[in-house]
Amino acid sequence: MFNRNVLIGVIGLAVLLALPPFLKNYGIYLLSYWLVYVIANMGLNLTVGYAGQKSLGHAAFFGIGAYTVAILMKAGISFWIGLPLAVLGCFVIGLAVGFPALRVQTIYLAFATLGFNTAVWLVMRNEEAITGGTYGLNGIGRPSFFGLSLDGSLPFYYLVLGTAIVLALLMWGLLRSPWGKAFTALRDNPIRAESLGINVQAYTLLAFAIGAAYAGVAGALFASLVDFIEPGPFAIGTSFMMYLMLVVGGPGYFLGPLLGSAVGVLLPEWLRFAQAWYLFVFGVAVVLLMLWLPDGLLSLPDRLKARRQAREASAARSASAAKIGGAA
Amino acid sequence: MNDFIQLLLSGLASGSIYALAALGFTLLWQASGTINFAQGEFVMLPAFLMLAFNSLGMPLLLSFAFTCFVAVVVLGWAFKRGLADPLLKFGMMPIVVATLGLSIAMKNGIRAGVSAEAFPFPSLFGDAVFHVGSSAITAGDVGTLVAALVLVLATQAFLNKTVTGRAMQAVAQNTDSATVLGINVPRMVFYTFAINALLACAAALLVTPAYLAKFDMGEGLSTKAFFAAIIGGFNNSRGALLGGVIVGVSENLAAHYVSAAYKDAVALVIFMFVILVKPQGLLGKKVERKV
Repeated sequence: MFNRNVLIGVIGLAVLLALPPFLKNYGIYLLSYWLVYVIANMGLNLTVGYAGQKSLGHAAFFGIGAYTVAILMKAGISFWIGLPLAVLGCFVIGLAVGFPALRVQTIYLAFATLGFNTAVWLVMRNEEAITGGTYGLNGIGRPSFFGLSLDGSLPFYYLVLGTAIVLALLMWGLLRSPWGKAFTALRDNPIRAESLGINVQAYTLLAFAIGAAYAGVAGALFASLVDFIEPGPFAIGTSFMMYLMLVVGGPGYFLGPLLGSAVGVLLPEWLRFAQAWYLFVFGVAVVLLMLWLPDGLLSLPDRLKARRQAREASAARSASAAKIGGAA
Repeated sequence: MNDFIQLLLSGLASGSIYALAALGFTLLWQASGTINFAQGEFVMLPAFLMLAFNSLGMPLLLSFAFTCFVAVVVLGWAFKRGLADPLLKFGMMPIVVATLGLSIAMKNGIRAGVSAEAFPFPSLFGDAVFHVGSSAITAGDVGTLVAALVLVLATQAFLNKTVTGRAMQAVAQNTDSATVLGINVPRMVFYTFAINALLACAAALLVTPAYLAKFDMGEGLSTKAFFAAIIGGFNNSRGALLGGVIVGVSENLAAHYVSAAYKDAVALVIFMFVILVKPQGLLGKKVERKV
């Protein structure tokens, strides 16, 4: 089982490394865009999927990361200084946003984070002196890596891919550590986790802060990728979309963000043949997918396994019943 | 001062609309745990239906009646059977995402199938303007306020005074006991979905003359309704009214006296304050944690 997972991982990685040079610019752009969302959704997966904190404000961190890097780069400061600052900023703000989660849960928390997102978006839209308001910030530019220019779409794609891999490995390590177990304990039974001596407060805050830091990295890469940012992509609609991608992919599955972001970013592109109707088709597809697999796409193997086991069990039952019947 | 009275009145009018949408939202949540992120689109769709019936030559009130019927079947029964019933046992996440998908589908279905433009909508109350002292009061504002108040109070009376209403409350409070007492639980839950659909139709009738019928008209409305519902108290239907009115009035006053650009932040600030001080909402009851 483990070997098969590794095999799938290696093949996937090989495709992601080897395919892009054969794609047109727009294809590379889409893949980079998809990877940016994968990074952001990995963070959301930690907050929502593993730690069970219902967050509907992820796009705010995405935006904070993007604006931090954009503003600093416009001021002539290197991307490589802007990136850690964006991550640090998101981490600290994520800690602060975690505090309502200590008081309220489920739907209340969802709306508190939604409110936070609206507030951040209002600041981006209204504080023209800093953020450029609705006109946004353009000409952000792309960084260079140890003297290597990443201006082209292909080199930048490899930067995004490399970042995604590093962050995925970090997340993998985190989830296998005692911290990861503490996060899932928080999700599955907070009261029991508390009685086992897990510091529920600290882990709740950390779940938000680490998730936010991932969104910060994604935002920083996003600003540099699209070269122009305005408040639109960081409004609550994006938070809804991120939540949707996560749940469609499979919350609490390590590879969930990969599939979910593909549904959210690549599927609408692929549906463009439906022209004006493509978002309608997308919405209907999401509804049907939820009805079919409420736990996300990645629950399909589990579902098939459970069905096969049920079938084998019932076959064994009827076989033994027939044997008993034959003996009697 | 004259400004103030005008602002207060139009704030009360928009607040009472938020209250209608919030009331349906809280009723669904109480009775079945359904969180409907397509609530705004549940107002948008009846608005377009009414316009369609209207363009067939029906008078406004008749097309409203037809729309109510269609809404109870589609947004009440079909929504419950098709989406809520199969998904609720899987917890909060799938139903949230499914209603998000539904909202995307409804919005873009209307945009692609009808039009992306805004359509004018006939007002039930005409466009007369009264002058009381030196402040101008529109018939639309007064009519909306009165009609929405009557609807909220009527829903309230129905829930508290009739046998069916009491049974619905019993289901909301404790489904198991309600079953033991011989209450037809699925039917009561359906009634809440039907009432939600009817309230959405009423909200559409009242709000569309001001908002215009447009595919995305529900977006602002639904967030305001959510905030109103939580400010007032998510598990108390009277809270929806209070929350709606607070949000409507304060954002109208703030837009005029503080800053129009941050108008949308007002609901948010009140909401944050309530969440931190009294998370169950102003009129809500505390829910104990269960292992």
